Order: sequence, then C-alpha cells, then structure tokens
Amino acid sequence: MMTRHIRQAAVFCALLLVALLVNAARIQVVRSESYDDNPANRRAVIARYGQPRGDILVEDVPVTGSRDTREQLRYERTYLNGPLYAPVTGFASQVYGTTFLEHAHDGVLSGTDPRLSPLPLWNDVTRSLPAGGNVVTTLNPRAQRAAYEGLAGRKGAVAAVEPSTGRILALVSAPSYDPAVLSGNGPGVEREWARLNSDPDRPMLNRAVRQTYPPGSTFKVVTAAAALDAGVIRDLDAPTGSPAPYRLPGTTTLLTNGGEGCEDAPLREAFMWSCNTVFAKLGVDVGLTDMVGTAEAFGFNAADVRIPFAVAQSTFDTSLDRAQLALSSIGQYNTRATPLQMAMVSAAVANGGQLRTPYLVERTTRSGGATVASAGSRTVRQVVRPSTARRLRELMADVVREGTGKNAAIPGATVGGKTGTAQHGIGNAGTPYAWFVSWARGDRDLEPRVAVAVVVEDSAAKRRDITGGGLAAPIARSVMEAVLTP
Amino acid sequence: MMHAGAEVIAPTADAPAPVARLPRRRGVELSLIVLAVLLSVFGYCAVGLARNGGVPPGAAGYGAGLGVLALLAHLTVRLRAPYADPLLLPIGVLLNGIGLVLIYRLDLETPGDQAAPTQLVWSTLGVALFVFVVAALRDHRVLQRYAYVCVAAALVLLTLPILFPAVNGARIWIRIAGFSIQPGEFAKVLLAVFFAAYLAANRTALAHAGRRIWFMQLPTGRVLGPVVAIWLLSVGVLVLERDLGTSLLFFGLFVVMLYVATGRIGWTAVGLLLASLGAVAVGRLEPHVHSRVEDWLHPFASIAAGEGPNQLAQSLFSFAAGGTFGTGLGRGHSVLIGFAVKSDFILATAGEELGLAGLSALFLLYGLLVERGYRAGLALRDPFGRLLAVGLASIWALQVFVIAGGVTGLIPLTGMAMPFLAQGGSSVVTNWAIVALLIRISDSARRQYDGKAAP
Repeated sequence: MMTRHIRQAAVFCALLLVALLVNAARIQVVRSESYDDNPANRRAVIARYGQPRGDILVEDVPVTGSRDTREQLRYERTYLNGPLYAPVTGFASQVYGTTFLEHAHDGVLSGTDPRLSPLPLWNDVTRSLPAGGNVVTTLNPRAQRAAYEGLAGRKGAVAAVEPSTGRILALVSAPSYDPAVLSGNGPGVEREWARLNSDPDRPMLNRAVRQTYPPGSTFKVVTAAAALDAGVIRDLDAPTGSPAPYRLPGTTTLLTNGGEGCEDAPLREAFMWSCNTVFAKLGVDVGLTDMVGTAEAFGFNAADVRIPFAVAQSTFDTSLDRAQLALSSIGQYNTRATPLQMAMVSAAVANGGQLRTPYLVERTTRSGGATVASAGSRTVRQVVRPSTARRLRELMADVVREGTGKNAAIPGATVGGKTGTAQHGIGNAGTPYAWFVSWARGDRDLEPRVAVAVVVEDSAAKRRDITGGGLAAPIARSVMEAVLTP
Repeated sequence: MMHAGAEVIAPTADAPAPVARLPRRRGVELSLIVLAVLLSVFGYCAVGLARNGGVPPGAAGYGAGLGVLALLAHLTVRLRAPYADPLLLPIGVLLNGIGLVLIYRLDLETPGDQAAPTQLVWSTLGVALFVFVVAALRDHRVLQRYAYVCVAAALVLLTLPILFPAVNGARIWIRIAGFSIQPGEFAKVLLAVFFAAYLAANRTALAHAGRRIWFMQLPTGRVLGPVVAIWLLSVGVLVLERDLGTSLLFFGLFVVMLYVATGRIGWTAVGLLLASLGAVAVGRLEPHVHSRVEDWLHPFASIAAGEGPNQLAQSLFSFAAGGTFGTGLGRGHSVLIGFAVKSDFILATAGEELGLAGLSALFLLYGLLVERGYRAGLALRDPFGRLLAVGLASIWALQVFVIAGGVTGLIPLTGMAMPFLAQGGSSVVTNWAIVALLIRISDSARRQYDGKAAP
C-alpha cells in the first residue's frame, strides 16, 4: 500500500523537476533575447566598456586612448590634446553617453558594428565583441592647432575645408574643454559635468557647427554671386546706380555705410569696401526668388546636414518683404550661418562654383587597419556658373590685396577673402561678431587648397576694434599658411 | 513490488554459486567520486583561466583537499555501509565541488568578502559529520526511539534565533564566535525523523480509525492532535521569524509524508487548500511577503518605476544572458544581483555561466539524488525507514523547487539555500547529514537481500 504512495510522491517530485526544466528553457532560450535587450540590463554596457575603445586618428596619429580601470565598466576614454580636438571627437562618457565623432561612429569604436566581424555571425557564435575599430579623420593637425592657437581662448570658431574634395581640415571651437574629465564613473565626472554646463562661456558648445551667427558682410559673397549669376551685374567696374544712404523700400529707414565713397560704387569697389547700401539694393534688384535660390544652392536652409554628426541649419528667410530682403542680403535680419556654412561658401567660390559636401571622416578601419568603409567621392553641386565663380575670386582677391582683408595676405600665395562685422542683439546692442571668410592658392598650386571661415565674438575688445579684418583675418591667415606649407 | 536493488549476478555454469551475492559497487562509487573531484578542479581551473589567463595557484591544493574529503567519506562507506547506493556520495561530492567553484568565482568580484575558504571549512565539517553518522549509526531504526528528543531539539533550534537580532529582516541566524548558524536547517532533518517515527507508529490508526464526516474519514484527535500541534507550532515560529521558504518546506514535507503514510488524498487536498488560503492571507497582510508576490507577478515593475531592476529582474537577466551554453565560468555578470548572490541566488551564476545545458545538468543531478532516496525507501521493509528516506529525499526536492523556482520566476521568491551549492555552513552540514542517513538507509535496504534470492 505504502509503495504505491511512495511512487505517487515520486511522480509529484518528477513533475516539480519538469516544471523547473521547462521554466529554465523558457527564460534562458525563449525569452532570452527580450531580457538581454532590456535597457535596465547592464550587460550590454559592461560588454561595451569591457575592451579598449577604438581610436580617432588625425593624420594616422591617435588623438584618443583608453585606460584600464579594472572597474566594472572597465576601459575609460582618454584624450591627447583633448581641448584642441573636443569639437571633433566629442566625449565618450560612461555616465553621459557620447557626442560628435564618438557618437556618430560609436558602433565602429566600441566594436558593436557588424561590419567589424571577420565572418558573418562569427561574433554571435563566439559570444565576443570584435576589437574596436578606428576612425580616420580628414583633419590637418597643423591647421587645427593654428586655428586653436589663433583664437587663444577668445569665444569663436574656425572651420576650414579643402575646396576640391570637401574634406574638413580644421574644426575648432573656443573656449574648449577636455573631454577626458567626463570619461569615467566617479563623482568627479558629475561635478565636471555640472561645472561645464553652468559655465556662462558654454565650453561644450561646438560653435563651428552647432552655433549660427548673423554672417554680416561675409554674406555679400552670396549676394554678389546671385547678382552675377542672375545677370543683374554684367561688369564688375560699371556703376551700380546705388544711392548712399539707401532708403529701405517701403520704409523711411535709411541704411548707411561705415565709410565714404559708396554712392553709385561699382561692384568691385563696393565689395572691397563692403558697402551696405550697394549690396542691400543689389539683393532687392536680384529679387527674393533668385536670392533664395542662390543661398540654398550654397547650403542655406538645408536640414539634416551631417559630417557625419549633425550641423545646425543655416538660414536665409524665404518669405520677406523688400526691406527685409535688403537687410537679409547684407547678412542681417533672419540670415544666420554656422562657421562651417561660410567656409562652404568660400570653398564653392574657390572650386569653380562647385560645392563639395563637407565631411570629416576619411575612412573607418578594423583595429588591424583594414578599411571598413571609406568616404568615397562626395556629392557635388554646381552652385554658380564657373564664370561667376571666377569673377567672385577676383573680387575676393582684391579685398585681401587692397581692401579690408589685408591682414590675411600670404607671400607666395593668392588669397581671397571677405571681412564681416555682424551686429546683433536688440537695437544692435550686443557685441558684434568679427567674421572672415577666405580661400588660398599657393603660387605653385593649380587650384585653391583651403577655404576658411573664422568668427570671433570678443566682449573684451573695444567695440570699434571688432572688425573682421582686425580680429579674424590673422587667424584665417595662419590656418591657410598651415595648410599651404608642406 | 520490492524489486529495487535486486540486481543479481546470474550464477555461471562452471562456478557453482549457491548463494547469489549482490554487487556492492564500491568501485563504481570510487570512479564516480574521482570524476566528481576532477570536474570540480576543472571548473576551478576554468575560472582562473577565464579571469587571469592562468591556472589558479591553489588548484592542486583545492583538488587535493576535496579529494581527501571525498576519499575519507568513501572509505567510511566502504567499511561501514558497503551495500549503500553508489550514486549518493559522488553526487554530493560533485554538487559540493561545483558550489565551491561558484563561490570562489564570485569571491573574485567581491574582494572584501571571501566566502570560499569558510565554505570549505564547513564542507569539511559536513563530511566529518557524514563520517560520524555513517560510522556511529549502525541501524537507522535506532532513530525511531529518539523521536520526541528530535522534535524537542527541533523546536528549541527553531525558537533560538528569536533571541538574536534579525539579519536582513529575518530572524533565522544565530551568531557564535564569528560563525553564523541557521538552526532551522538542522531542524528540518530532526522534524523529518520525528514525522517518520510518529507516522510509522500511528499510520494504521490514522488511516482507518475515527469518524467519517461527509466524504472524509477523520482520524481520532488523540492520534492526529500531536502532529498538527507540532506542525502548527513550527510554522508559527517560522512566520514570526519571517522565514517563509523554510515554512513552505516544512508544510510540504508534512503533507508529502502524511500522504505516503496514510494514502489519504482528502487530507492532502485539505492541506493544500489550507496552504493556499494561508498563502493568500499572508500575501495580502504581510508587507514583506506581499512585495515578493508583486515582484513575482511584475518582475520589471521597479524598472518601469525608474528604480532600476530589482534582484529578481537581475536574476532573470542573469539566466537569460547564459542562453543555451552559457558565457563560460568566470565570464558572466551575475554579481549584478548584489546581496545574496552567493547564497539564495547562486543558481543564477550557474545559469549564466554554464547556460541551460549546465543548469539542466544540475537539476538532473538533484533529480537523481532524490530518486536514489526514494529508491532506498521503496526497497526497505520497515515503515519508519521508508518514511524517513522519502522525507529526507523530499526535503531536497521541495527545497530545490522552492529556491530554483523562486530565482527563475516560476514561483514567488523565498529565501532558501540551494542544497550543497549555496554559501551557508548550516546548509552544507545538514545536507551531508542527509546524505549520511540515506547512505545508511540504502545500505540496510540492499543488505537485506544479500545472500538471498530477490523476492
């Protein structure tokens, strides 16, 4: 009798065993993936920091590194010349995530990009991550350093591109910060994060691509391009019939110039001395449609530009009355541009009217050096006619030779430029921005090798000293020199 | 019906063998023990290789220590219980060895808390107790005489921790000279002995006497009273101590043994009904238990609430991370579970690093262990021995189910030690005592057939 009961109890125990086995299979195999993917599951993060992160390279030299902390999130990001390259690398923080290149190419750097796998599914089988790959940038370290040292901590930014390719040669924002202070897990990281975020100078703001400024007189390059392309101006030296001061159409407001000699000035003179009256009238003469068309061809109003991280949208308003159009045409009103956008304007002019989409990453590689993906040839767009571009180069070269941009002249090279002093704030009460956009061609080069845009916002300088030619042009010159000098 | 253990060597034609001798199978036991020790040393080396790229320096010493312990136990069995089941001891050695490997592996994550050396000391004590029990207890029926001593001792042990401060919300530990002892672990063996003795003595009365009410045959109060009283008392003490895992275990043990002794399915049904009602009531009223039930129903609720994953969620993540074949020893992150990762949640480390394959192997080892206990019970003739064997094996079955089901989200989580695997001295010592008792019982079970033809 008891034997039967023992057997029944044994069956009960067997049922318990079966329940355990079935449930184990349920959580370990059936539901495994959904548990693995739960954002609260730290395993993915631990695996991510479980190996050294790949490096970001400038001319084949790493500007980043990894430090073994033996903590749970084991490898911490380090930076060589952190503040110099911060606008390019961004940070890779174990607390605050990643930004800029660290973010845009995180898959390659952390090793999670499936293209890093030597064979398809290899890493799924071995349950391991491939070593982090490297990101090779287009930067020119000498140009980058020249720009950084030129700004010398003053608020501002520099963007330099190679006109024939779109490769970004320098991308600097000041004041900067060392991204290494945000790398680790410690309480120091939170303190630094709070300090950087509460700093009124906003050191983590990437002014070269994420801040738009009123471009001021540098926008006259775009207005001149529109006027030449639309046929409003046929002869650079013919009088333009512009009054000075110029009454904004439909208003009683009079627009004046800083200097004399702008009345009825031909385009060459007006460009050289940056006559607001001439260009305001030119913009109105060209008309809204063609002004918008040319500005957008240069890259204004383009949403979602990536280099590979996102660039703030530069704007040229598309619904304007004539008075607003006049102001917009001299880079005021709602016209705003990133320094990179103004470098693109200069590059398109330098490159025969063809604009190459700018990019910052030459190629990504496996840790061993084999290429994962390369930039390839970028899209190209004819912005203005080649003849227009040739005449614009003439105008810009005159500015550096005889006009407001003499500070940018380089012996042994042809340099073209345009200064700008943009007003902003309510009633133009804010400190103006000093702008300089330029390009340079060495005498032995066939085509210009560098286009630069510099903006300096300097509240310490006296108001009248803030001019593009005085503050920004020397910085542009040293960047261009760094590129032209082998 | 009693055919278990009746493997008889057929007499050969040329060698007249008037008496059929049972094979003792001590050689099988020895080979399996060697295998168990080698497997444990292999696991120990795997941890070292995965973590530091080299065999850990203590590997030889660890293997030698475990080997000597296992060999001592084996020699004792060979000398004093030569007919014993040959699987019980190797499985015990293997589980204890794997437990030491897992604890050593987790020690690497918690440099401030080294539990493996202590566990090795407790394992040594456990084997010493095993040797003592097998050597000193010549016949398990002796225990029947001490039924009331056992129950008295069990109650004292259960009551003792109330006098000591609570640890992590449960009053189940007493601390003496730096060692934490969990008396409830020992109490469950003593209670099993008492239940077996009492039910064996009174099973006829229980099964057949008494009045019939509706469809149920009630036993006389004189017979059932003491059992129910003792059971209520022990459960009451446990509820006061808030150790619900052990409470559940005692209740399950009581129901299983009562059913085996009397075959009264009605009582079992009533027992389960009462247990369900009690569980619902406690789950509603007791905040500690209520939160466990809520966690079981919604393991990720704390994540949704922005408080991060709780221990059960971390445990599930751990098992899931193991997948089919596991990450390999030393390469998982079960330490994220945090508190009690070496004790209640030790199975998660096995699940993550050995995968479903390793976890299933562990469950099957436990299944085999329980099966050997039941088999010994079936082979015996005396009711006390049968009930004791079934009771002791059921302790393992229920305990494994309660804690393994808890950490894998099958049932609400209740703190309990995984037999042999989990950190905890009392538990290891108790489990070695259970192995010793089953060795003794299985020896008696098979010895009775020696020299006779199987029935």
